[in-house]
Amino acid sequence: MPNDLTMNPPAPAPARTAAPSSTREGLPALMLLAPFLIAFVLFFAVPAFETLYLSLTDSSLTRTNAFVGLDNYHLLLNDPSFWDSVANTFMFALMTVIPLTALGLIMAMLVNHFVRAQAWLQGVFFLPFVLPISVMTLIADWMLQPSSGVVNHLVGGQRPWLADPTWALPAVAIGTVWWTVGFNLLLFLAGLRNIPQDLYEAAALDGARGFTLFRAITWPALRPVATTAFILQLIASLKVFGQTYILTSGGPFNTTRVTLHYMYETAFTQSDAGYAAAIAMAFVAIVLLLSLLQALVVKWMARRDA
Amino acid sequence: MSSKINARRHIGWSVVGTVAAVALALLWAFPLLWALSTSLRPELETVSNEFHWLPQTWTLDAYAKTLGAGNVLRWLLNSFVVALGVTVVTMAISLGAAYAFSQLRFRGRNLLFGVAMLAFLLPFEALLVPLFRTMNQLGLINTYAGIVLPQVVSPVVIYVFKGFFDEIPADFREAAVMDGAGPLRVLWSVYLPISGNIVWAMAIVTFIAAWNNFLWPFIIVTSNEMMTIPLGLTQTYDAFGVRYAQLMAAALLGAFPVALAYALFQRKVTQGFLAASGLKG
Repeated sequence: MPNDLTMNPPAPAPARTAAPSSTREGLPALMLLAPFLIAFVLFFAVPAFETLYLSLTDSSLTRTNAFVGLDNYHLLLNDPSFWDSVANTFMFALMTVIPLTALGLIMAMLVNHFVRAQAWLQGVFFLPFVLPISVMTLIADWMLQPSSGVVNHLVGGQRPWLADPTWALPAVAIGTVWWTVGFNLLLFLAGLRNIPQDLYEAAALDGARGFTLFRAITWPALRPVATTAFILQLIASLKVFGQTYILTSGGPFNTTRVTLHYMYETAFTQSDAGYAAAIAMAFVAIVLLLSLLQALVVKWMARRDA
Repeated sequence: MSSKINARRHIGWSVVGTVAAVALALLWAFPLLWALSTSLRPELETVSNEFHWLPQTWTLDAYAKTLGAGNVLRWLLNSFVVALGVTVVTMAISLGAAYAFSQLRFRGRNLLFGVAMLAFLLPFEALLVPLFRTMNQLGLINTYAGIVLPQVVSPVVIYVFKGFFDEIPADFREAAVMDGAGPLRVLWSVYLPISGNIVWAMAIVTFIAAWNNFLWPFIIVTSNEMMTIPLGLTQTYDAFGVRYAQLMAAALLGAFPVALAYALFQRKVTQGFLAASGLKG
């Protein structure tokens, strides 16, 4: 979900030099850290290990039962519903990530170009990003109504978009692009403003215009930002749940049931916490694998450009 | 000659850019404008076979009915309490932790910071099942504390604050320590005042994110009275049936507080989101 910002693990900060006596500051440090540490242990560390442990048990939502080893994972590997949900998730990512990255770049260039209308333009493009998910889904649902919806009025017809197996997932994807592109716009805008203006002036003196400027200056400077935006968006898209859950409840015919939705159903409607934890672990593995891939790509690009 | 052609091409690009900007802006504004146009109609007009871009009869009926029926006001209040709670607690514990990680010397500091930053790697979504079980055992289902607490662990905020504190010259702190100020005092009266901007930016972004959070409240809240506005809005179908003017009025009422916050603090919001994405401090 775009509202929570997934980040790469930051590089450790360089050690500071000339440490004064550490014993005198140990107590104040503990005092300042204690509230965070308590919250961290209770709401992060313990649940993290519990997910791992639960995935090895046959547990319900309220009781922890027998240890069953890797049974849940065996089941998972042979569970078509799980693989369908993974396929739907990646399908959704495919439909959102590239448009979101490309549109974010285009919008940022437009905002940057129109000096006087800048704040307005940025506001119009960015505003949907700060709206609650259910505002987006309510409006999308109303616009996509079969008989009274404005989309059918414009394209002519009575198509029930969200109940149509072909169109349901693309419809949710389009709603998501509208809702979240503002964040990518920000990333690209920051990238654009870091490009020294005299590069453009020098190139313009050499007679470069329009697309040549973009290809020679803008794009090379923005490529690392585009990679970051792409990967952040990919991970955010893999976490999709609310949009599909609210708009289509996973239907029609499970064509929009994504991995987190499957995990939610397994845990909270079937009360199979053990199996749900195994799904969560598989989900974590996918996200970690992609984060690792990102780190490698960024490193490779940095080396190539050096 | 060639400069004339170039100039003409340049004008060509400007026209393309202007058309693209206007078209995209209209496309992006349209859903909200259409919701507004719908919300100002009598209910009958929304299901009529005749299509009109603007209301034929303008009325605030839908807003009156929305605020009167259901729990919209209660949901707004819940959202406010929850978002404020998340923001205050997150800021307090993150500032303290970031200051300790950045400025104080103690054994295991780097190890502890590394472990805390591990939270970046694990998506919150993976923790839902055990978090729900813990909250259930603590009896915090359907309570403000239950909604707020799991949202206050924010490695991003600590990372941004620590990065900011790292940049502050050590002289500031040493001068204060020389005057006999303890660590808490130094944080409060030396570091906080210099950090005002970034603290506000992160606080506003945390507030907006907590206001909009859907997934965790969806898991932990089961009673209608405890719902936050994003959650409550998904219930309005049951409350209103297919009354689209009222649904759009409810959507816009739910959008209004965050839209207003954005309009008032545009710079800080963008600054905060950029800081949180790790691109700018």
